[in-house]
Amino acid sequence: MNLSRAWLNEFVSGVSVDEINDRDFSEVMTLSGSKVELVTEPGAEICNVVVGRIVSMERHPDSDHMFITQIDAGQSETVQIVTGAWNVHPGDLVPVALHKSTLPGGKHIEKGKLRGVLSCGMLCSLSELGLDERDFPYAVITAAALLNDYHPIDPAKPSVPADVQPGYQIYGPVIAARVLGCQTVAYGRFGVTLDTGKEEIHIETDCQNLHEGDMVAFNVKSSSICKVNDLHAQQQEFPHCIPDGIFVLNEDCVPGDDIKTVTGLDDHVVEFEITPNRPDCLSVIGLAREAAAAFDKELRLHEPVVKGGADGDLAKLLDVETPDADLVPRYTARMVRNVKIAPSPKWMRQRLRSMGVRPINNIVDITNYVMMEYGQPMHAFDYRYVKGGKIIVRRAVEGEQLTTLDGVVRTLSANHLVIADQTRAVGLAGIMGGENSEIVPDTVDVVFESANFDGTCIRKGALALGMRTEASAKFEKGLDPMNTLPAVNRACELVELLGAGEVVDGVIDILNHVPQPSVLALRPERINALLGTDISTAEMVSILRKLNFTVVGETVTVPSWRGDVAHYSDLAEEVARFHGYNNIPTTLMRGQTTRGGYSAAQTLERTLGAVCRAAGYDEIITYSFISPTYSDKICWRPDDPRRDSFRILNPLGEGTSIMRTTTLPSMLEVLSRNDSYRNRNVRLYEIGRTYHKQADDPLADERRVLTLGAYGDDMDFYTLKGAVDAVLSALRVENVRYAADSNNPSYHPGRCARVYAGDALLGTLGQIHPRVAANYGVDGALYAAELDVAALLRCQGAEPAYRPLPRFPAVMRDIAVVCAESVTVGELEDCIRSAGGKLLKDVALFDIYRGSGILSGMKSVAFNLTLRSDDSSITSAEADADVTAILTALRQTLGAVLR
Amino acid sequence: MKQQLEQLRAAALRAIEQAGAMEELENVRVKFMGKKGELTAVLKQMGKLSPEERPVMGQLANEARAAMEQAIENARARLTAAALEAKLEAETLDVTVPGRAVKLGHKHPMYLALDEIKDIFVGMGFTVLDGPEIELAELNFDRLNAGEGHPSRDWSDTFYFKEDSSVMLRSQTSPMQVRAMDTMPLPIRMIAPGRVYRKDEVDATHSPMFHQVEGMVIDKNVTMADLKGTLNAVVEQLYGAGTKTRFRPHHFPFTEPSCELDVQCHKCGGKGCPTCKGEGWIELLGAGMIHPRVLEMAGIDPEEWSGWAFGFGLERTAMRQFKIADLRLIFENDVRFLEQF
Repeated sequence: MNLSRAWLNEFVSGVSVDEINDRDFSEVMTLSGSKVELVTEPGAEICNVVVGRIVSMERHPDSDHMFITQIDAGQSETVQIVTGAWNVHPGDLVPVALHKSTLPGGKHIEKGKLRGVLSCGMLCSLSELGLDERDFPYAVITAAALLNDYHPIDPAKPSVPADVQPGYQIYGPVIAARVLGCQTVAYGRFGVTLDTGKEEIHIETDCQNLHEGDMVAFNVKSSSICKVNDLHAQQQEFPHCIPDGIFVLNEDCVPGDDIKTVTGLDDHVVEFEITPNRPDCLSVIGLAREAAAAFDKELRLHEPVVKGGADGDLAKLLDVETPDADLVPRYTARMVRNVKIAPSPKWMRQRLRSMGVRPINNIVDITNYVMMEYGQPMHAFDYRYVKGGKIIVRRAVEGEQLTTLDGVVRTLSANHLVIADQTRAVGLAGIMGGENSEIVPDTVDVVFESANFDGTCIRKGALALGMRTEASAKFEKGLDPMNTLPAVNRACELVELLGAGEVVDGVIDILNHVPQPSVLALRPERINALLGTDISTAEMVSILRKLNFTVVGETVTVPSWRGDVAHYSDLAEEVARFHGYNNIPTTLMRGQTTRGGYSAAQTLERTLGAVCRAAGYDEIITYSFISPTYSDKICWRPDDPRRDSFRILNPLGEGTSIMRTTTLPSMLEVLSRNDSYRNRNVRLYEIGRTYHKQADDPLADERRVLTLGAYGDDMDFYTLKGAVDAVLSALRVENVRYAADSNNPSYHPGRCARVYAGDALLGTLGQIHPRVAANYGVDGALYAAELDVAALLRCQGAEPAYRPLPRFPAVMRDIAVVCAESVTVGELEDCIRSAGGKLLKDVALFDIYRGSGILSGMKSVAFNLTLRSDDSSITSAEADADVTAILTALRQTLGAVLR
Repeated sequence: MKQQLEQLRAAALRAIEQAGAMEELENVRVKFMGKKGELTAVLKQMGKLSPEERPVMGQLANEARAAMEQAIENARARLTAAALEAKLEAETLDVTVPGRAVKLGHKHPMYLALDEIKDIFVGMGFTVLDGPEIELAELNFDRLNAGEGHPSRDWSDTFYFKEDSSVMLRSQTSPMQVRAMDTMPLPIRMIAPGRVYRKDEVDATHSPMFHQVEGMVIDKNVTMADLKGTLNAVVEQLYGAGTKTRFRPHHFPFTEPSCELDVQCHKCGGKGCPTCKGEGWIELLGAGMIHPRVLEMAGIDPEEWSGWAFGFGLERTAMRQFKIADLRLIFENDVRFLEQF
């Protein structure tokens, strides 16, 4: 919501820019709840630009298109400025950017020479001041097609000779004529003396680019000077005869005046972030109420006065029906006749522009002005298109079509509310008017609608059409039904003020829902208890009264525009806002202390993260929603039950449409991305969730998964397994075992294992199947591990307890056995452990050898055995006995013989 | 003989002093003091001396031996030190050669920021809660005072799993307030960080998935002054003692009064700069007193109990803390980004 501080001044005294600077204004408004986002001065970049009067002008001796002007800029001496614009004449008032001036867009103007002639500044166009024709409609420039500016497209075939003389016939009634003199007779009207070759004639024209010596195309029949269009020529043939030029002022000003004051660019515009509970603040009056209370200044609201008296009886002219009364709490309308569509006056255009609204014409501008001022959306439509003089506010018929003001054909549903006559819809209620009843230049009779519609209906209607308008944005928040009547009266008052038409007496006012003012009990002790303050009842009452609450005894009546206040806690907020949030004391919590902390699961997750990082893995965060194509990408079988996932009905896109039932695709995508960035030796982990459907619960079973992912020169299956081992060892998981898994379609069939603690499955690890890696655009080997965090939590070992350090020396024995390739190291180890007696404390693999001396299909596996007794030194013989038993068992059960 | 002894002593001391290596010194020792050494040879002549001369010569000889032994001892120490010097010099390394790399993993910057926040609240007696991300609209909206018709319930804003809009991806961590009220004994102090989801296209400041941290206190006689005091204490722990804050009125459906907490811009000290967009303050979080109706809906009597709650976006906090300019970096997981933290 933008607020013009100039407009605010109309309603609140003592808060002008001169009295309170923007910074203080913003701070006080922000701290009382109307958050200021930004303050802008539309003219902030304009400096040292003044009004100047053109005293004289002459053609530049070395240029065919420039003039040298002498300007009275209110200084003791005139200023010489060279300009390329042709629409100025002696006596004109123009914006002059003096030496060392600045313009919007960071443009700096300094004096300099133009083709050898000193120029001490620049004359400005509208756009150079950051304005356009809609801001100053009177400043539209009409240009004659000057033959001395004629540049034929094909120089070999000009349609007019270069040395054309007066009287030369161009075509039909159009001849060449020379301008002998040009006098301004009124703003934008010029008296011109022409030499037609035969005679001197005097005519009046609104062409602004004529000067003595110019050669024009003169239509003898219509006695008018031809424009580019009249000659059926192209603009490029007359490059300087353009509808653009210097902004010639038609304002009450004198040389030397600051251009910002003259054009209204001296306003300061405050941009507020208004919270959705305060639609009343989406208006100048609403913010004026807040500002008056915040600065403790007088609020001067104005009661609109309408003279009326136009011909006709409103009751006969217009009838309104509201069959869907629940969606139309109130419908108020008035009529204006004999409308004269014209631009609105400067003050209105300036205020609209400050609020970010482009002026259009007086009637449309009035509706926008009232919407800004009162926060009440208004609509004006052409009475002649209300067939039968009857307005029906009804639900649209399913499939009904309406072309809205923006020219788009809208197909409506029964959830839309339309303004209709007896035959068809003429507007989309609360959203946008219909093109078929638009105000046009020849509109004569106008109906002003000022209605209150159901907020949810408007919001959903606008949303369904994907069009959120200024009006719908206001309605959707729920507006004050008491506001429709003053707003429509204000519009009629402005019509009379602007002389834009005649107002018909009377008002159509259908009140389907009579709002009852909200009445609350003032509970000062509860308010203080909630705030932790000691604010007196008198202060509370004073604050509430400043905000137009009526307080009688302990009864508070809420003003109609404050639909957000419905509870004593709301009153507490009002009191707190104006007592000052920052005047509420700060205390630390008292009361019963609570024992905070982390749950076992949270602590486990912290440990998992710490171990992964110690192993060199970086933490990642990936989206919980993925593409359904990912199941194929990781080669899941078509009937894999994990494909049954939570599906978002309104996803942003297919790529983020299902809730993942596996974290693997997320990890592979990140590995692939890093690979494509040529990052080497990448190790990553994520503790993320997967989401699984449940039979008896609409919500998901959200399981946490620790995912490791890696690739690089330093990575292979055993390195990954080492990291998994480190995780399990940090958790003191017991009875860990790995079993080959050749059936997981996402993993290499010969390099994948499931990891168990006893019989409990903890997860899967291995090399990613090359086909899956290829699906992610990766040639090299990718590795991943997926560990179920809940299983890890269940299998976490006991708290560590001290075991005495060995008091007696150990005997170390190395054995190397030769066995078939099919025998696994795990089987050998298990066999050694079960055959070894209680002296065997540790078994450690230290070599696997294949090659010379070992038969093909066999391998030599070497272990280091540690034997020790806890209560004596063991003898060599004791150790030998154990080793012999072990070797016997290896031979008998696995066919592994001592090498 | 006396002359002989003195010459011997002088020659020996000279030779000892000149010895440049340990072997050389040993040769000198053997030459003069060995069993067949020169001093021994001189002493063998002692028998020929008169009994009067013998003790005098004996003493001279002992003095010469002692002087030589002392000199040898000194020379040995000198040579040992020199040998060590030489060895150390030979072992000198180029200390600018890089050390052998130890690959440490890195915590994601978001979780660095989150863990700091969690620790602060745990230290103040808060419990950390986790809750479902696929949530009932009833808990995400209705129980938080955002009834039917609230704009955030629109399908354009929130992700749904059911046509009747009953099951959704939580759009805020605030349903954890309701879950805590429904399951925890009073009084409650909890924070609930987690993922939340809104229908925003990805850009430099938006993501359809992001993280919030919710916090809530319910107790007897809890006031807005407590809210201010506690959050101020948190801010001081996060941003340093003396960090200035301000509380601004705001609006949330489930708190009343509601506020936003700003911290004074650390960059400009409140004067206004690009970091704080000229405001001098940086918005940190939203908070407020729990709406009495929200308590009532959870079966908690607002006349007896009151509470306050807060919530904030973690991404923005982490981005500010680590000066990360683009939100997309957070979810891109480029190791060149991750390993900066």
